[in-house]
Amino acid sequence: MPDPAVKQSTVESPSHLPPAVRCRNLRKQYRSRSRTVDAVNGLDLEVRRGECFGLLGPNGAGKTTTIEILEGLLDATSGEVEVLGMRWGERDENIRQRIGISLQETRFPEKLSVLEIVVLLRSFYRAGCEPEDVLDSVSLSEWAALWVGKLSGGQRQRLAVACALVGDPELLFLDEPTTGLDPQSRRQLWEIIRNLAAKGRTTLLTTHYMDEAERLCDRVAIVDRGKVIALGSPSQLIATLGGEHVVEFAVADGPASGAVEIDFAGLPAVREVRKEATGIALTVTEPHVAIPALLHKLQGAERSLARLTTRHASLEDVFVRLTGRHLRDEEIPSA
Amino acid sequence: MRKYHPLKELWLARLRQFAREPAAVFWVYGFPLLLALGLGAAFRNRPVDQVFVDVEASPGAGEVADALARWPEFVVGTHSAELCRERLRLGKSSITVIPGNSYTFLFDPTRPESALARARVDDALQRAAGRRDPVQTSERLVTEPGARYIDFLVPGLLGMNLMGGGLWGVGFVIVDMRVRKLLKRFVATPMNRAHFLWSMIGGRLTFMLPEVLIILGAGALFFGVTIRGSWLAIFAVSLFGSVSFAGLGLLIASRAQRIETISGLMNLVMLPMWLLSGIFFSPDRFPAFMQPFVQALPLTQLNSALRAVVLEGASLASQAWSLGILFLWGTISFLGALRWFRWS
Repeated sequence: MPDPAVKQSTVESPSHLPPAVRCRNLRKQYRSRSRTVDAVNGLDLEVRRGECFGLLGPNGAGKTTTIEILEGLLDATSGEVEVLGMRWGERDENIRQRIGISLQETRFPEKLSVLEIVVLLRSFYRAGCEPEDVLDSVSLSEWAALWVGKLSGGQRQRLAVACALVGDPELLFLDEPTTGLDPQSRRQLWEIIRNLAAKGRTTLLTTHYMDEAERLCDRVAIVDRGKVIALGSPSQLIATLGGEHVVEFAVADGPASGAVEIDFAGLPAVREVRKEATGIALTVTEPHVAIPALLHKLQGAERSLARLTTRHASLEDVFVRLTGRHLRDEEIPSA
Repeated sequence: MRKYHPLKELWLARLRQFAREPAAVFWVYGFPLLLALGLGAAFRNRPVDQVFVDVEASPGAGEVADALARWPEFVVGTHSAELCRERLRLGKSSITVIPGNSYTFLFDPTRPESALARARVDDALQRAAGRRDPVQTSERLVTEPGARYIDFLVPGLLGMNLMGGGLWGVGFVIVDMRVRKLLKRFVATPMNRAHFLWSMIGGRLTFMLPEVLIILGAGALFFGVTIRGSWLAIFAVSLFGSVSFAGLGLLIASRAQRIETISGLMNLVMLPMWLLSGIFFSPDRFPAFMQPFVQALPLTQLNSALRAVVLEGASLASQAWSLGILFLWGTISFLGALRWFRWS
């Protein structure tokens, strides 16, 4: 359940407009002969106007299924969905005219040029942007005449975003916009998405990169096994850990188990102790207080350090605290 | 008027993708041309029919061989009894003559060239033995354009090509787009779905125009095929055929999720028409009980209408029956496709 304490918003939505997206108790079951899989299992969501909202979760958490239901591309097994105050199945074209979508995977025709594809997509909307302007906004103008087959992965992904933008949508859906891209292409795409947010466009994106969610999103819903398990702004979610810093260390003489009997939880400024595969992670409020105390404690126990690092706590730590698993662990659907 | 009309843009995209795919251009325009040239050459250059005759090596074989050698159409060989049978079985000869007090002919009566060889060899040997014909006969040869095999073949090739182009050019392209999630991407926009389907058919009709010109033009240019009908009528018949096969292509592709599936389905649909619809020989040759099926196939009707219009200069009105059947195929397939089509 989302923590009610972190439900405050950083973005105020205009009170006279319905939220950009609202869904209640969303369920999607896939039935096969032998078993039923709950891809989405009672998911509630509200995306406010003008915010950038992220669905963060590991692979297989139900993010894509959820976003495709919201996009009107999949039917839910049960639950309510409202997009811009409208429901799918009534006047779908009215919704489609006002939203922009980038699917997780679209392989555009290899032998059409970048501009030709954007013009084609533009022709489906009653009103929208000039194709050249859209290409400009995703830094593809230079490549407008190039065939899609010649584009790099990052350029293709920016083309997909351009296609989502060409109808000048009020609401933008981006499904895993940077998956599989190199770091530079990812940063480039983040820049583009941040600019969109700055122009007041509502964006709903899915990702399994916690840094992406932290950098881009005003609010994040952490999704696991088809449910929202935490909701709030990245800083609010991190604040639930009780400390903003993580100290990770390993002791020299053998595995983590050798140090586990030492009581680190009692150290000053330490809020939480977590045993990891290769060491121990402490969530701390003040590293400059916690680290000397830690060193002192180890000295007293006649252990020496093999490794010590400190970093800011991230959404990854939030996910680990909530589920006991890492985001990047591939989840195999349970039987 | 909108600056970008979806129907126009979809149609342009289709045209561009086709024109930029050399393999597709070859299969639609180059291949039928090569096929026409190859088959045309094979059937045109055939000299006055040669008859391959084997004479079984035995006493009297020399006499028989000499008697036959007087006629230029016979290619005579003398072989052992065993070899003669093998050559007959392999089609290297059409008939074997076993000499003796009376001649015995060894041949397969179901092979047209063997049946013909039997009559000719018999005739030649009877004359050599001194037969006199009670009635004088003479021959006047008819090899004028319009009645030759190549004249029959060219409209059949055009029909075959319109079928292949319609089924592959629509069906295959759609499944490819489904595999690429492009169809899903399109329905995620406010695109009018009928526009999309119409653009596929529109693209097909556009490619049809040069197809007709190239195949019939090559026939006229290289083989002197006389085109008696009006081009308007020819294009009208081709249009009915193309729409019919484009509709069928849509229907076949309406649910297929993989390229392998669509390839199999295409071949399943095309195979009976390749065999039965009169591309290479007249479908009238099939037994009566098969005729209702043969005549119901769209390619049978397209080929028959094309031949009537191209070779005989028949009017469009006279082909109403064929055009009606094509129209029915097209409409029913299109409606079925609309109903069953999967976008993702």
